[in-house]
Parts: sequence; C-alpha cells; structure tokens
Amino acid sequence: MAENVKPRVRVPRTASAGEVITLKALISHKMESGQRKDGDGNTIPRSIINRFTCDFNGENIIDATFGGAVSTNPFMEFEAKVPESGTFLFTWYDDDGSVYEESKEIAVS
Amino acid sequence: MIKRALTGAVCVATLVAGAFVGMNAVADEHANLIVNGEIEMVVRTEAPEHMENVDTIYSGWVYRATETQALQMDDFDNPGMLWVDQAAEYFETAQGPEGRSCQDCHESPEALAGVRAVYPKWDEERGVVQTLENQINECATERMGLEPLKYTGSEMVNMSALLASVSRGMPINVAIDGPARETWELGKELYYQRTGQLELSCANCHEDNYGNRIRSDMLSQGQINGFPVYRLKNAKLNAVHSRFKGCVRDTRAQTYAPGSAEFVALELYLASRGNGLSVEGPSVRN
Repeated sequence: MAENVKPRVRVPRTASAGEVITLKALISHKMESGQRKDGDGNTIPRSIINRFTCDFNGENIIDATFGGAVSTNPFMEFEAKVPESGTFLFTWYDDDGSVYEESKEIAVS
Repeated sequence: MIKRALTGAVCVATLVAGAFVGMNAVADEHANLIVNGEIEMVVRTEAPEHMENVDTIYSGWVYRATETQALQMDDFDNPGMLWVDQAAEYFETAQGPEGRSCQDCHESPEALAGVRAVYPKWDEERGVVQTLENQINECATERMGLEPLKYTGSEMVNMSALLASVSRGMPINVAIDGPARETWELGKELYYQRTGQLELSCANCHEDNYGNRIRSDMLSQGQINGFPVYRLKNAKLNAVHSRFKGCVRDTRAQTYAPGSAEFVALELYLASRGNGLSVEGPSVRN
C-alpha cells in the first residue's frame, strides 16, 4: 500500500429534496506516474489511483478512470441531485489493489 | 493606402484585446481573504514605522489570480492542509528514546496558538535570535532526545505548517528592539545588498517593483506571513528558507544555507516588514 494515503470528502449535512449539491473528494496519494527514473536509471513503477467512483444509496453517480497524467493528491469536485436522505459512498481503487472508502450521510427534507 | 489603414485597425483591436486579458489575469485588488467563512485575514494594512519606502503592506495573496486565491479560502480546497493533518498526527505520536510526544508538554496544537506570530524571537538562554524551526528542533533534541529535524525537510515544514495554521488570523508581531536589534540590522543589510551576477537585491524586485510583472509572474512585496507556502509549481509545502534560497539563486549568486545566521537575520527583518499582516500559513501561491 502506498504511504500516507488518506481519503477525505465533503458533503453538505442537509439539503432539500431535488437540490443539486456540490461534492468534493480528495485523497492524499503520491500518484507515481511510471514515467520517472530513479538515480540508477531504473524506471520507478507506476503507482496511482486508477479509478474513482461515488454511489448514492447503491446508485452510481460518477465513475472516473485516472491515467498517469493525473496530479498527486487528486481532487474531484462534482454535482449531484439528491432526491432523499441517504449515504454517499466514495471509493478509490489503487494500482496495488488497495481500495479506499469513505462515506457521508445527508439528511434531505 | 487602404491596406495600411486596415493593418492599423487590426493592431488597435489586438491591443485592446491584450489589455482586456491583462485585466482578467489580475485578481480584484480590493478582495478580502476570509478562510472557511470565519477567519478574517488582514491582507493590506499600514506599513510598520521602520519601513521608509513603502506606505502600505500587502500579503502575497493579493497578487495572485482569482483561482489561486480561492484555493486558500477553504481548508478542504487548500492542499497545504494535507500536511497539516500529517503534522497533527506527528504531534500526538510518542517517539525517541524517551517515548515522548509533543503533546506531553503542549497538550494540543491549539495550545500553541499565537507562537508563529512572534517568531523569529530573541532567545535569552542561548543569546541568539531563534526561528520557529530552531525552537522545534530545541524541543526535538533536548526534550525528546531525537536527532534534529532537517531544517527544510518535510517533517519540519509540516510541523511549522501546523503551528502556523493554529495562529491563522493573528497579526504578525515580531520584536525588533532590544537584543534582537543587531540581528535585525544584519537582515536589513542583506535585504538591500545587491548579490549575484544579476546584481539584484531583494528590494529591487519586492520593494521597487511589486505589482509589476517579471516575465509572466506578478511580483509581490515578498511578505513571509503566509509561510509555509503550498506552491502550485512544485505541489508541496515550501519552507521560508527554501524560498530565500530560490530567490538568491535567481540572482545567480551562491546562496546561504537554510538555517544559517544570514537567513535567520533575513527572516527576522522580512517578518518585521509584515508586522500587522495576518499569519496565513499554509497559504497557496503559484
């Protein structure tokens, strides 16, 4: 597992039904591109988050694929319409097979 | 003849478009910085008395593009806060031969609020001006029995970011009288001393030309109230002495070492030029 990986998300605590809210997701990750070489000229193997998804009550909202050009500590910001109270589940998939998850609840009135 | 007139018209149009782009690239100069909707920062204020050539001092935040400014207005958007979190963990972690942590003495990072604002500061016991980094290392070596942290290394920068973050919004207030005076005078001398093949002093850019462009960059007053700084150019936190080194190198001079007496003096002098601005670290700059 890559070092110092820490996911964090921001979801409003409350919203009204049908409101479009902004979601933010950030994960600290070094995102080694696979293009760099170490001091001895050997390629440093790629180690990045290659996929990010967000689900609301089991329904997928966003499913993104990351490539080698994505920055270190990738930050995602997107919008979603919330019909009811529930839970947002954010998932990051690492090249090394690790999966990082974070969830946040929202109360919709 | 007609052709020439037409060419002239095209030139005018291009100039107008250029001016328009220029205006857009510079952020609103009256913008105010409020972080997380609650910490109000002083980004412009009357210059301290000792500054002879400047009336108003401005935080470097003022000179950045709107998008860069926005990154600092919310801790979630501020990438520098990632390392503040790491330092907060370090703060709680017992380590070294004595198994002690920072919080054994200092309770919480918040208990150290206000510390950042008064450093560099005269240390009575040692008889020198100490920077916050020196003070952190004094704790690490004398009270925790650790090897000193590298002066501009990541652990040190993170810790200094943590200490800055809990002082955000407080006015910089370093003392330049009494025993610190001599160090301050040295710092002032270094500030106005032209160095390097390009024969540039700090003042040539940051006092004579702030607000003007140096190639594609907007020169700021070189205030250090926002350090450590998250820079978009290298995507990490940068210590103030690393920044000094970068500036001196850009004059094509041999630089002083981070943590050297010269840089400590320069830091004290620069901090005193920002007395009255808010502690902003970790700030976001380009």
